[in-house]
Amino acid sequence: MLKFIVGLALCLPLLARAALDPAALAPFAGEDSSAKAEAVTALANAPDPQVDTLFKALSEDSLFYLPDGQVIVFDGERYVDAASGQPLTTEPEAPEAVIVNNVVRGALESAIALRGLAAADPAARLAAADALKERADPSFLPALEAALARESDAQVKDALSRTTALLQLASPDKTVKLAAIERLAASRDRNIREALAPLAEAETDPELKAALKTALDAIDFRLSVASFFANVFSGLSLGSILLLAALGLAITFGLMGIINMAHGEMLMLGAYSTYVVQGLFRDHFPGALDWYPLAALPVAFIVAAGVGALMERTVIRHLYGRPLETLLATWGLSLILIQAVRSIFGPQNVEVANPTWMSGALDVYGVVLPYNRLAIIAFAFFVLAIVWFALNRTRMGLYVRGVMQNRPMADAIGVPTARVDMMAFALGSGIAGLGGVALSQIGNVGPELGQAYIIDSFMVVVLGGVGQLAGTVVAAIGLGEINKFLEPYAGAVLGKIAVLVLIILFIQKRPSGLFALKGRSADA
Amino acid sequence: MTNRRQFIQSVGALAGMAAVPGSVKMAFGASKEPIKVGILHSLSGTMAISETALKNTALMTIDSINAKGGVLGRPIVPVVVDPASNWPLFAEKARQLITQDKVSAVFGCWTSVSRKSVLPVFEELNSLLYYPVQYEGEELSKNVFYTGAAPNQQAIPATEYLMSKEGGSAKKFVLLGTDYVYPRTTNKILRAFLKSKGVSEANIMEEYTPFGHSDYQTIIAKIKKFSAGAKTCVISTINGDSNVPFYKELGNQGIKATDIPVVAFSVAEQELAGIDTKPLVGHLAAWNYFETIKNPQNAAFVKMWKDYVQAKKLKDAPVTDDPMEATWIGIHMWKQAVEKAGSPDVDKVRKAMYGQTFKAPCGFTVKMDETNHHLHKPVFIGEIRADGQFNTVWKTKGPIRAQPWSPYIPGNEGKQKL
Repeated sequence: MLKFIVGLALCLPLLARAALDPAALAPFAGEDSSAKAEAVTALANAPDPQVDTLFKALSEDSLFYLPDGQVIVFDGERYVDAASGQPLTTEPEAPEAVIVNNVVRGALESAIALRGLAAADPAARLAAADALKERADPSFLPALEAALARESDAQVKDALSRTTALLQLASPDKTVKLAAIERLAASRDRNIREALAPLAEAETDPELKAALKTALDAIDFRLSVASFFANVFSGLSLGSILLLAALGLAITFGLMGIINMAHGEMLMLGAYSTYVVQGLFRDHFPGALDWYPLAALPVAFIVAAGVGALMERTVIRHLYGRPLETLLATWGLSLILIQAVRSIFGPQNVEVANPTWMSGALDVYGVVLPYNRLAIIAFAFFVLAIVWFALNRTRMGLYVRGVMQNRPMADAIGVPTARVDMMAFALGSGIAGLGGVALSQIGNVGPELGQAYIIDSFMVVVLGGVGQLAGTVVAAIGLGEINKFLEPYAGAVLGKIAVLVLIILFIQKRPSGLFALKGRSADA
Repeated sequence: MTNRRQFIQSVGALAGMAAVPGSVKMAFGASKEPIKVGILHSLSGTMAISETALKNTALMTIDSINAKGGVLGRPIVPVVVDPASNWPLFAEKARQLITQDKVSAVFGCWTSVSRKSVLPVFEELNSLLYYPVQYEGEELSKNVFYTGAAPNQQAIPATEYLMSKEGGSAKKFVLLGTDYVYPRTTNKILRAFLKSKGVSEANIMEEYTPFGHSDYQTIIAKIKKFSAGAKTCVISTINGDSNVPFYKELGNQGIKATDIPVVAFSVAEQELAGIDTKPLVGHLAAWNYFETIKNPQNAAFVKMWKDYVQAKKLKDAPVTDDPMEATWIGIHMWKQAVEKAGSPDVDKVRKAMYGQTFKAPCGFTVKMDETNHHLHKPVFIGEIRADGQFNTVWKTKGPIRAQPWSPYIPGNEGKQKL
């Protein structure tokens, strides 16, 4: 039987029109990854459609080989011969999977991209051209030049000309080389800078050397600008996370004066709500899975607000005006919540995946802006708007501010102060729940999630000035920016310490924070 | 039936050999008196994430040994305590296990700091600790058997692989870790190793983050800057759940494993169960065991764990990993040593441990070294797959001997014979 298969495999290439040389596939049946990578690169230029099938199988881990060295593809239903595309007549007994490691995967990605340049869809061509930016084998140059010549889309042309120019740097022709350097001078890529730098050192031709130097200076300037804006962006992103974590606390601690050690657990409940909603979407609406974070928002708000209201009614309301007892009681509540979540969901972190529209990044003039961070910045300001609206434009907000400023007076004119307390605490907790949804998209979701944010949250609220929404915003963004501008020089550990020292010094100077309340209401 | 007969015979023979005072009266029936062992893993606090699975693995192993007749015909009774990720509490609990519960051996600890905390207790009271996690070396106590990897059984081979053609011929190295003793010591060893291979100081970047760090934007921007111009790899000793934000940021910033591969020493199948692994495909880990290794021992081990998780309704992920395998090996070796010694007495067991061998799920027969208290283990390097498992891309031909005192740390030259 085996003989028959081998015989079939040998004679099939003669019969089928589209067929590859089995010798070109031989490395796939071996152990040597670099040989596999070379085989992939060599096949990249072959026009045969069978190569596409082979590449697809390689990238999906569905390429196998038999003990006799025959390379076969599993197409979902059956095994076919990789060289000829003909189905195997007998079910193979123990096909070994072809192992794809990083070396092979890298070669494969650029080879697939090279073939993708022939696609009809400009978006597909652009993706292919972008993939080739990272890695292009010198043997691709003729194919790239041909693709560049027939390309009509400006964006694709731009990406292609860059890759081509990088390969043309090795050209012996001076004019080609000069044009390539000029093309690359417009880049903002550090890798291109590093590719040009050694050339500038070694170049003897004065004209080329001058061109290289101008190119390097231009790239360096762009890089330093990009690096500055990248820092600004990371600071803004960290600031928006601090803001989301602290907004709920700005209500419960800032306005109501409750030292709420269980605030972090409200964030954690929000994150776990996201996890549960994600699970429901996976089971019931797999098609709409990408939109689960939106559905998680109301769920997280209601869960956290409900738990918050319950905590206020059962424990906290008995302790108003006794800060030490409140501190201990809320700390106890936080431990109970952590252990409850641990018993229900287990001590391990749970997996919350980013929806596809939150994965990846936007490249703006060399500054990489990850979508999840952009989404969180926008979301932070959205939540801020909700809080501002709720406190300043609704009757409930008016009551809250009234009760906090002068409780006996509010009581006297008929404001139900006990209910307002509960509502305000629930609102603060619910906002923290919303923050938890955002935090689940950038970090870990585990029972101890809240512990990581509680200190930062208090820091933001205290620094901003207790009771001041604007102060909380400025403090959060400011802390984010300072942290991110210190970190590259001081390192993550020292950076954090430096920020703490700065805050302590600042609080010494201004004990009531950035935006202190002035006038009569300050005494309340 | 024959099994039972053999079993009774051996019990009789061993009981006779043991000649413990009072063994006359327990020659037959009373020899069923159980042997106690301690399980010292954090079941709450930060380390619960990793250590709960090890506690359950230990209980599963003991159950399976008891189902086959126990040790010396006596059942093993585990005493489980919870040191709550609190390092001084580890020492207290260890003392309690040894003096009050009178356990014959203790299986436990994960972080190096917890091991350092219990070490004086074990030395003072002369008991045995079986430590199942890879660590930084630079330690050797006659009261500890180390069943995890020493640096030369994990960190050094992984670095060698990255420098090889297969691994992508890395020229620049980022040593990234959490700020405590294990990453700092490992990186000290790696730095000396890289220098001995001719890597210049300028091509090594070393960075530390606090425990629980979650914002890796700046560090990844730094890595990008550093990586320009030459093939770069990241050697990560980030411990615990900081790994999730690190890998997420890496994926979102568009750094793929084909550009800058990350090899991790503290990320195994259990940790990956809590992460969305799609953006991680191709990143590496170095261990002495992967769940995907194919051999009958491993198939049985994996199946036993999956059944155990289901039967006991555990919250642990139904995947096996390296520290779990090391726990399994440790308990079995202890059992074999007790049987060889004919008694659970610490000094006798210690002597019987030397040279003990065990057919492990990693597919090799691992051996406890005759002198240095460490296992001879094979090394595997795996790439993360989309399903959270590993594809083995490189492995050693056989088990290699541990060097607890790294030759790359000055002052260790005289200790190489150990």
